[in-house]
Amino acid sequence: MFFDSDLLMSALRALTPILLAALGGALCERAGVFNIGLEGMMLLGCFTSVATSWFTGSPWLGVLAAALASAAYSLVLAVGAVTLRGDAVVLGIAMNLLAVGLTSFLLRTVFGVQGTFDDPTLAGLPLVGGFSPLAYLAWAAVAAAAVLLSRHVWGLRLRGVGEAPDAAATLGVSPARYQYGAVLVSGVLCGLAGAQLALGNVTLFSENMTAGRGWIAVVAVMLGRAAPLGVLLAALLFGLAEAAGFRLQGLGLPQQATDAAPYVVTLGALFLTTARRRRRTRPTGVAS
Amino acid sequence: MNRITGALRSPVVFSVLAGVVIGALFLLGTGADPVTAYGAVLTGSLGTDGIGSTLSTGTSVLGLALALAIPLRAGLINLGGDGQMVLGGMAAAVTGLYVPLPAPLATVAAVLAGMAAGAGYAALAALCENHLGVPLLVSSLLLSYPAVSFASYLARYPLKEPGSSLPQTRQLPEGVALPAFGDSTVTAGLVLVALAAAAYWFADRRTAIGYEIRMTGLNARFSAYAGVERRGLTLRLLAVSGALAGLVGAVGVLSFPYRFLDGALTAPGYTWTGLTAALLAGAAPVGTVVASFFFAVLQVGGLSMERTTEVPRELTQVLQAVVIVFLAARLRFPARWFNRQKEAV
Repeated sequence: MFFDSDLLMSALRALTPILLAALGGALCERAGVFNIGLEGMMLLGCFTSVATSWFTGSPWLGVLAAALASAAYSLVLAVGAVTLRGDAVVLGIAMNLLAVGLTSFLLRTVFGVQGTFDDPTLAGLPLVGGFSPLAYLAWAAVAAAAVLLSRHVWGLRLRGVGEAPDAAATLGVSPARYQYGAVLVSGVLCGLAGAQLALGNVTLFSENMTAGRGWIAVVAVMLGRAAPLGVLLAALLFGLAEAAGFRLQGLGLPQQATDAAPYVVTLGALFLTTARRRRRTRPTGVAS
Repeated sequence: MNRITGALRSPVVFSVLAGVVIGALFLLGTGADPVTAYGAVLTGSLGTDGIGSTLSTGTSVLGLALALAIPLRAGLINLGGDGQMVLGGMAAAVTGLYVPLPAPLATVAAVLAGMAAGAGYAALAALCENHLGVPLLVSSLLLSYPAVSFASYLARYPLKEPGSSLPQTRQLPEGVALPAFGDSTVTAGLVLVALAAAAYWFADRRTAIGYEIRMTGLNARFSAYAGVERRGLTLRLLAVSGALAGLVGAVGVLSFPYRFLDGALTAPGYTWTGLTAALLAGAAPVGTVVASFFFAVLQVGGLSMERTTEVPRELTQVLQAVVIVFLAARLRFPARWFNRQKEAV
């Protein structure tokens, strides 16, 4: 049988890194900062978690270090886009490029290898009930973000800052402070996403191992309209596509087809939702 | 003195200097001597041994930089260069292998097929933005992955060279290749890309469409009010952009090793280097040429830096990205630093 509980389990495992990164992206989006640096922050988290786990022997310290390193890295976006009012899109692209170069450079200077660092003594995250603890954390983070954004005063202020920064400022809410907070939290979440990818899903680091997952997370933010539950559904779609791809590979389809599957499915979902949204908005006469 | 401080306050000059300084700190961190390392970058890329390699790398970087600069001039970002380039390369390889034409004509047909494939695929991304409302940035990038996978599949299965252990197509027939300069790896592809740059410069400076494009980049709403039809412009700009990316793919296939080798076009990261160059130049034609040459020097020189100082060549990639981070953040020396100095003098 093609759709069974195994498929769902592997989909849930595949979605964790996307979900963590996309939640961070959603918070930034709500605060009015377009964050397309998720890919780079994740990749930095991958490397930091593997390096720290290797040197300390503790994957938990690896997770912590990844969160801290990615949060520190996210400051580049916060300072550049919020304080200096630079172009967030260009900054995000540059941060992704920098992370690829930096992690490849460090891989060679720290471990002296090129391509992949893989060692049997590298400690990965333990599994609890078939999932890494970070997967449970991700689900909890969805609930926390949903409550925060819809019920808590911080969340309401954050949304206010994103929708009308000047109005928020006149009410005494500092837009910059909320935007810094959102970007930093997205850094922490991307660091956790990277740690999950490098110490949870597998136990290794390879160059550019995020391979577009950060971009998928950016799309998940759009698909889910930056709402935590919407983002969860979008990430689930990606996870299902990845898991189904692996399943199809087992049935004899070439690897290239399964590599492409998540991107095609994501793009297709994006088409469907935006097309439906457009048709719904057209009668109101809002100029497109 | 005023001219020097003025230049330092230009964001481009400041960003490049900041990149070089941060690169030097990295070099010191790994125990290398920055002067030796940067010297190796320059001699390795501009010396007699390296200049050919710099020019052939520069061909690809400039081609993709133009592919990104032209839509960027109108505020559109095409991130799908990899997919468009790879499909262009594959189309050129298939045309060169299977079209029954005399070699010179087959070469021309292969170049045109490569450009058409890239243009068509980029136009698809433009249609996604125009008619489905998916932002170009996202649609072009997401479309890139299946294109790379598809070309990889073709090179590994249906079109694979029989008996070879490498994921590559058969070699093109004798004579189906771009003419090379002497014994070098520099081909007529450089001339084609240089012509494209000249055409871009002319269109940007001297034609109405160039003016419309710049105006759209500066203020999309005003240009729409002034009668620029945005959807049509997006479609045409993306087609031109994709054609250039496809051209780079075709040039790659019609030069050594005269075949489509899976990963050979994407592994050097020309798309991202080209994007970096286009951003650094603010998509201006002459600046894009200069920035592309600068990054080609870095990329090729990085190899000889690695040989002389054992510092990994990935450092040059870090340097490129740092330049753009600084530029995007519009960091520069604050004006008052200089005013204070002036008062002191």
